[in-house]
Amino acid sequence: MTTTTLPPGSEKEVPARGRPRLTDRAKAEYRLGWMLAGPAFAVMLLVTAYPILQAVYDSMFDYRLTDPDSRSFVFLGNYWVILTDPIWWKAVGVTVLITAITVVVELILGFALALVMAKAIRSVRPILRTAILIPYAIITVVSAFAWQYMFAIDSGFINTWFGWLPGLSSETDWFGDFGHAVTVICLSEIWKTTPFISLLLLAGLAQVPESLQEAAKVDGATWMQRLWRVTVPNMKAAIMVAVLFRTLDAFRIFDNIFIMTQGTAGTESVSFLAYRQTISRLEIGLGSAVSVLLFLCVVLISVTFIKLFKVDLAQARGEG
Amino acid sequence: MPSGRSSVKRNRGEPRRRRLLGVALVAVLSSTGLAACGSDSGPPTLTWYINPDAGGQEQIAKSCTDAAGGKYKIETSLLPRDAASQREQLVRRLAANDDSIDIMSLDPPFIPEFAEAGFLAPVPPGVASATTQDVVQSAIDGSTWKDELVAVPFWANTQLLWYRKSVAEKAGLDMTKPVTWQQLIDAAEAQKTGIAVQGIRAESLTVWVNALIASAGGKILENPDAPADQVKLGLDSDAGKKAASIIQEIAQKRLSGPAFSTENEDASRAFFESGDASFMVNWPFVYPAALDSAKAGTLDQSIVDDYGWGQYPEVNGGEASKPPYGGINLTVGAFTQHEGFAWQAVQCIVKPENQKMYFITNGNPAVSRSVYSDPEVLKAFPMAPAIQQSLEAAAPRPQTPYYNEVSQGLQRTWSPPTSVNPDRSPEKATDLITGVLQKKELL
Repeated sequence: MTTTTLPPGSEKEVPARGRPRLTDRAKAEYRLGWMLAGPAFAVMLLVTAYPILQAVYDSMFDYRLTDPDSRSFVFLGNYWVILTDPIWWKAVGVTVLITAITVVVELILGFALALVMAKAIRSVRPILRTAILIPYAIITVVSAFAWQYMFAIDSGFINTWFGWLPGLSSETDWFGDFGHAVTVICLSEIWKTTPFISLLLLAGLAQVPESLQEAAKVDGATWMQRLWRVTVPNMKAAIMVAVLFRTLDAFRIFDNIFIMTQGTAGTESVSFLAYRQTISRLEIGLGSAVSVLLFLCVVLISVTFIKLFKVDLAQARGEG
Repeated sequence: MPSGRSSVKRNRGEPRRRRLLGVALVAVLSSTGLAACGSDSGPPTLTWYINPDAGGQEQIAKSCTDAAGGKYKIETSLLPRDAASQREQLVRRLAANDDSIDIMSLDPPFIPEFAEAGFLAPVPPGVASATTQDVVQSAIDGSTWKDELVAVPFWANTQLLWYRKSVAEKAGLDMTKPVTWQQLIDAAEAQKTGIAVQGIRAESLTVWVNALIASAGGKILENPDAPADQVKLGLDSDAGKKAASIIQEIAQKRLSGPAFSTENEDASRAFFESGDASFMVNWPFVYPAALDSAKAGTLDQSIVDDYGWGQYPEVNGGEASKPPYGGINLTVGAFTQHEGFAWQAVQCIVKPENQKMYFITNGNPAVSRSVYSDPEVLKAFPMAPAIQQSLEAAAPRPQTPYYNEVSQGLQRTWSPPTSVNPDRSPEKATDLITGVLQKKELL
């Protein structure tokens, strides 16, 4: 837990050449590790690797579910159709916009909530944590319906309560144009998933050694200085992991859009596009190609994060 | 490794444990109904996949189970609320050769797709002739694909023009004769009232656009039964432009309220009930809904008394309109194990007395002409003759196996309705739908 202050370069020594000779104990641990993780690994292969490979295979065919007999191999044809279509790029743009807005807002809000949870007096801490976590426990579809009803022009109360604000009136159609619709989608997403990010950040906060805080206090650092110079640098790994997880999650946004706008008013995300081609249009080939591209985007985001920001997933768990 | 002793112990216990496991497995399987389906004991159970309604289909299933005298039982299974999701679920099941689908309540526009994919059991000639006698024409057309009856008409829906009698009178409209969209727009503008129409990017929008184009003498598809890459569109025509200009005028003059681009049938009904709109095109459900509201005290009875109805508005004066056609037709799944019983059940379900009950209690109009002269029906639905007249003239939406692509392509390019433009929208829709059908574009 307190290894964050270790100087760099003090990692385990790696033998210069050849495979390290394992002791019997190390071998037994290695075997136990596989026995413990093996079943989960096999299940993961079955439920994720297999469908991914199947989708990659399907994406190279012109294949309509209602017409399986005329299935034909088109190699990368579907990818060409998608990548030359403005609808795809628009969906990517919308997805990136929603991801960027929600992740930034959630990070700030989540950090504030994590600080509140960490500093709250012991007696209110459980209540506070529960209250903050409740939105995350609600099923996305249910929360999407709740937000939709809130903002609906006929049954919602938002227009009645906030109609006096500039730009709003009792006749504001929240799902009628892009700006308004994306605002509601982002709000619902932020409300729903900020608890997740704050929980990850809370774990990071707990890793910051109290001794460092005290030392800074003794040196006369203000609260802001301690936050920026001590707390944040010491929980960088936790912050990056939280941002990475949320970015990956936000990039796959589907439920809110499906319930609130059905992709109207230009709010189609990449996942929604995949849904429309596969489930609604029944073009399994084209839809699989969209899904594979979405998968590649997600891989790209992970790799960028890990390489660029040197996120160490193990470190965030306090193992570094 | 376990020691010898413990492995002996385990061996002794194992057969018994296995037997217990087997018993438990059988119990679980039979309780989940796997064993119940197609069981040897008792009459076979037919599963009827129904669209959500006010309970009428459930009631018909019960009465037909009773009428079968123990030969078969009908159970209902509820599909999602909107037609597009109903189609998605049924298609996915049928593509996997699901034999639990015996009878389906199917929305007419999707019938060609199901028929072409081989998802529908052929209608036996006897059933076809028995269930199409004295049935309104649009319902027969909607059940037909490539000149063959592939579904059995169950109930048929159509839209009427609804108006406030007092406002129409003030505007000087003679409602005993058919009126045109232009007359309605002028009247609404003069009386500072609205016209409730469905502008939401959903099936409702296609219904409206199709009715406008058909009433103007055009067609969305010129050759709907052609292969996907040879389909010709009729949108970029005088009729298509005329339809677009009507939508544009209603949008520009803000006659359909602030939520035009998200307005569905229910929103239209609320808009009309509130008095902000005095004209509306909508399905007949609005009438029992208004009566219910009046009974519950949320709507003044005098408002309901002011309700008037007539034939769907014309596009060109003097040229009869082609109102929307909807409803539900019954089909039998191609993979059912009880095809004979399923057709017997279908014939029972569509009996005129069931249609009458369904009309009166659920507000879903019958396909049998005889029902429309029934005194009880006339009492519950004074507009029944108007509905029948509308059904005889109604035009189905494009009958093509690629209906979903056509409808969604149209919705994408003609939505929001405030952006519809006669010079661009028909052309844009033609380009998109053609591209999508040729699999050159995303949807």
